[in-house]
Amino acid sequence: MLAELTHRCPLACPYCSNPLDLDKREEELDTETWLRVFQEAAALGVLHLHLSGGEPASRRDLEDLIAGAAQAGLYTNLITSGIGIDRARLDRLASAGLDHVQLSIQDTDEDEADRVSGYSGSHRRKRAFADAVNQVGLPLTINVVLHRGNIARMRDLTAEAIELGARRIELAHTQYYGWGLTNRAALMPSRDAVEEARRTVAGLREETAGSIVIDYVLPDYFARYPKPCVNGWGRQSLNVTPRGRVLPCHAAESIPGLDFWNVADHSIADIWRDSPSFSAFRGTDWMQEPCRSCARKDIDFGGCRCQALALTGDPRNADPVCVLSPHHETVAALVEQSSTEQGFVMRGRSPAKAHPS
Amino acid sequence: MSAVPADARPRLARGVKLAEDRVRGGWNVLAPERVLKANATTVEILKLCDGERTFHEIVDELAARFSADPVRIETDAGALLADLRAKRMVEL
Ligand code: SF4
Ligand code: SF4
Repeated sequence: MLAELTHRCPLACPYCSNPLDLDKREEELDTETWLRVFQEAAALGVLHLHLSGGEPASRRDLEDLIAGAAQAGLYTNLITSGIGIDRARLDRLASAGLDHVQLSIQDTDEDEADRVSGYSGSHRRKRAFADAVNQVGLPLTINVVLHRGNIARMRDLTAEAIELGARRIELAHTQYYGWGLTNRAALMPSRDAVEEARRTVAGLREETAGSIVIDYVLPDYFARYPKPCVNGWGRQSLNVTPRGRVLPCHAAESIPGLDFWNVADHSIADIWRDSPSFSAFRGTDWMQEPCRSCARKDIDFGGCRCQALALTGDPRNADPVCVLSPHHETVAALVEQSSTEQGFVMRGRSPAKAHPS
Repeated sequence: MSAVPADARPRLARGVKLAEDRVRGGWNVLAPERVLKANATTVEILKLCDGERTFHEIVDELAARFSADPVRIETDAGALLADLRAKRMVEL
């Protein structure tokens, strides 16, 4: 389960997958409600709790939330930008029962990293944060969202992650919805760059075996078949937004007409079993052709609903990344298009301020 | 020869937990983004990996407890721990 504790964040990454329409602080769930949600989730069988945002450290009750989650028996993972957590706070989070920290970095090049995150000095602060995580003894994963601007530096990024003391690095290509879709032209790497990246990862895995685990998420515009939608809509994952709406997936709010229930009115178990948004694309009965009669329908579940909607206009269509989709040409054309777009539209900033040169 | 030295003192890496699954039954090894269902043998082996016992002692203890062939246990436990080490879930 992913708990988006808040949408507040000091950074402004152009591939941010938060909705364009952010929840406000006064609408955020209070401590008590979150604690109840964690209990209900554990009772339903949830094992991992990913605490994210925005920046989860913007919540002053983060310590209490972690303590409550740990008490409920959940494995707690803090997904953070590393800003706003000093050593003392980290100590408190660790003693509250935090199990793991996931830190995102933007780039190895300091200026470039600061340009992308829209926050000067952010990269240096992240390094300091990683040091603190190691001193406290918490395991660390480094997270990098790959895009055209940093894809050539995967090797350096991995070396940096090892230096930062990470046990695992997650190299994931930008997902093109939310802010990523708005900035797709500036973020999407060329086909050659993606091929090169694939080779680099294979080599890196061998070279770094035993010192770091590399999880690489393929960019799906470049694949033949889509990625499975988080192992199937309403099968394994749920997402709670800052104000308590429960979504089958992070981006589900982009699909119009879905009725999302709120933890204020229903228990997690009821929402999981009975809410219309979870039932909407659960299993394979909702599918139409070509998915309906496809042998892969239980493997990839027709791909991403949000992407199907964004690119074909109907969330019940096959994800157009799929070569069998009649809309596949749209994706193929996007891949071939060699855009030279460089400016980003920053989350929460006006485009004019997007180039702090 | 075993994949794990006899005098190694294996333990679960920090951030990796062996936890009973109260909803589905059985045990899981929980790590960030990963869940491994642990079968009964794995659970018994991992419970002894406390960073105090040597691999040699773990093998002896299991062999005694299940009146099993220590060579066989050494092979199986060694393979399990080497695999979990490669995943950075166990430290030797
Ligand atoms: S047709 Fe549908 S089910 Fe078949 S591979 Fe394509 S997206 Fe997956
Ligand atoms: S619908 Fe798309 S965005 Fe949502 S979980 Fe599935 S794959 Fe991810």
